[in-house]
Amino acid sequence: MNIFERFMNIDRRWIFLAIGIAVVIPFFFPLGLPISVTEPVQNLYDALDAIPPNGQPLLLAIDYAPATLPELEPMSLALLRHAFRNDVNVAVLTLHPAGYGLAERALNKVAEEMGQVYGEDYCFLGFRPGISAVILGMGVNIVNVFPEDAYGTPLNDIPMMDGIRNYDDIPLLISLAGWGAAEAWVLYAHQPYGQRVGAGVTAVMATDFYPFLDTGQLIGLLGGMRGAAEYEELIDHPDEGVRGMDSQSSVHILIIALIVLGNIAYFGARRKRRQMEREAA
Amino acid sequence: MATIIWTTIGAILTLSVYSFLYKDNPFYKFAEHLVVGISAGYYLVIYYFNFIQPNVVAPVFLLRIGNEAIGLGSSMWWLALIPGILGLLLYTRFFPKFGWVGRWSLGIYVGGYAGLGLSPIMQARVLNQIGANALPLTSITNVFLIVGLLGTLTYFFFSMKHKGVLGVLARVGIVFLMVGFGASFGYTVMSRVSLLIGRVSFLLHDWLHLI
Repeated sequence: MNIFERFMNIDRRWIFLAIGIAVVIPFFFPLGLPISVTEPVQNLYDALDAIPPNGQPLLLAIDYAPATLPELEPMSLALLRHAFRNDVNVAVLTLHPAGYGLAERALNKVAEEMGQVYGEDYCFLGFRPGISAVILGMGVNIVNVFPEDAYGTPLNDIPMMDGIRNYDDIPLLISLAGWGAAEAWVLYAHQPYGQRVGAGVTAVMATDFYPFLDTGQLIGLLGGMRGAAEYEELIDHPDEGVRGMDSQSSVHILIIALIVLGNIAYFGARRKRRQMEREAA
Repeated sequence: MATIIWTTIGAILTLSVYSFLYKDNPFYKFAEHLVVGISAGYYLVIYYFNFIQPNVVAPVFLLRIGNEAIGLGSSMWWLALIPGILGLLLYTRFFPKFGWVGRWSLGIYVGGYAGLGLSPIMQARVLNQIGANALPLTSITNVFLIVGLLGTLTYFFFSMKHKGVLGVLARVGIVFLMVGFGASFGYTVMSRVSLLIGRVSFLLHDWLHLI
C-alpha cells in the first residue's frame, strides 16, 4: 500500500482527534484573528440601536433548545446587553418548549449583570405552544395570548407592558431559533401585520434566510457563532462568540487542509493504480 | 456545592456522548437513553401545563364544579370539548378497527394549518421573492443574479431536452447550484464545529476552570 492509499484509508478517529486538538489549542493560545462585521449584522444592530429608551419594548423570542445553545445563546446575551445598555425595555418569550429555562437563564444573567428591574425594564412572558396561532394572536392582542407572564402576574399589572397592545406597539422583534420559528415570525408577524423582524439562526440555516434579507422581510440576520461574535464586537463586549471564533478558524484551516490532502491522495492513488495496470498489461 | 455536582454530571455525560467517536460503549448508551427519557418527560409536563390544562381541563372541569370562570367563560365551556375530543380521536389509530376516525382530526388539523399558512407563505416565499428578482439590468451584480436565477430555473425545467441554449443555461444553473451547496456545506461545518466548541468551552471553563 503506497502513501496515497494509506492516507485514503486513514482511521477516521485520527481526524476526530485532530479536530479536537484544533478546537482546544486556541482556548489556551488565542490567535486573535480579526472579526469583520457583515451588513446583515450591522443592520440588526442599527435597528435595535434606533429603539427609543424606556418606551415600547423589544420583543425577543428565544426559540432555541439546548442542542443549538453554543450558537444561539451568545446572540441572546449580546442582544440583551445591547438593549439594556441603551435602556431599551425587553419582553422575552419562547415558542419552543425547551426554550423556557434557557430564556430565563439568559435573561436573568444579563439583567443581574446590568442591574435591571423586573417588570420595569424587562419581563418574561414564558412559553406558549401553537406557533402560528400564537404569532397571529399576538397581532390582535398580546394579552389574549399571554394573559399573564411566566410567573403568574397579569400582563396588565406589569408597568413596562402598559399600553402595549399588539405589534403596532413593538418597534422590533428578534427571533433566535435553531428551527422554523424564525421563518414563522416572518410569515405570520411580518407578512400580515408588517412587524419589523430580525433573526438569529444557526449557521446551517443561515443560507435559507438570505432571500428574506433581500426582500426586506428580515431587517437583519445573525448567522451562527460568527454572527454572535460580530455582534459582540459591535457592542464592544467580547464573550463566548468571540472566544469560539479562533477555534472555528483553526478547524476550518484543518478541514481545508484535509480536503486538499484528500484530493491529492485520491488522484495520486488513481494515477498509481493506472500506472500499475498499464505495467501489468 | 450543588453547582459543582450538576456541572460534574454534565461533564461526565458530555464525555460519555463523545466516547462514541472511539466506538459504541455502555457509557454512550446510558447518556443516549437518559436524554431520550428526560426529554420525553419534560415535553409531556410542559405541554400538559401549557396546552391541555389551560385549554381543555381548566375550562371543562373547573368551571363545571363551580370555580371562578377560567378561559372561555361559564357559558361557552363546552367549546373546549371540541378540540379536546378531536385530540383524543387521534389515538384511535392504536385500534385498527376504529383507526379511520382519527383521520377526521388529522383532516381538520392539516386543513386548518394549510388555510392559515396559504396566504402568508405564498406572499413571503413566492410573490416577494419574484418581486425581489425583477431587477433592472443596470449593474453587473443584477445581471449575475438574473443569469443565475434563469440558469437554475432552467436546470429544473424537465419538459424539454437540455440542448442548445437550454443546455447552456442548465449548465450555468448547475454552477450556481454547486456554489449554493458549497455555501450551505461551509455553514453546516461551522454549525457542527460550534457545537463542539460549546462543549469544549463547558468542559474547560465551567467544569475545570482552566480558561
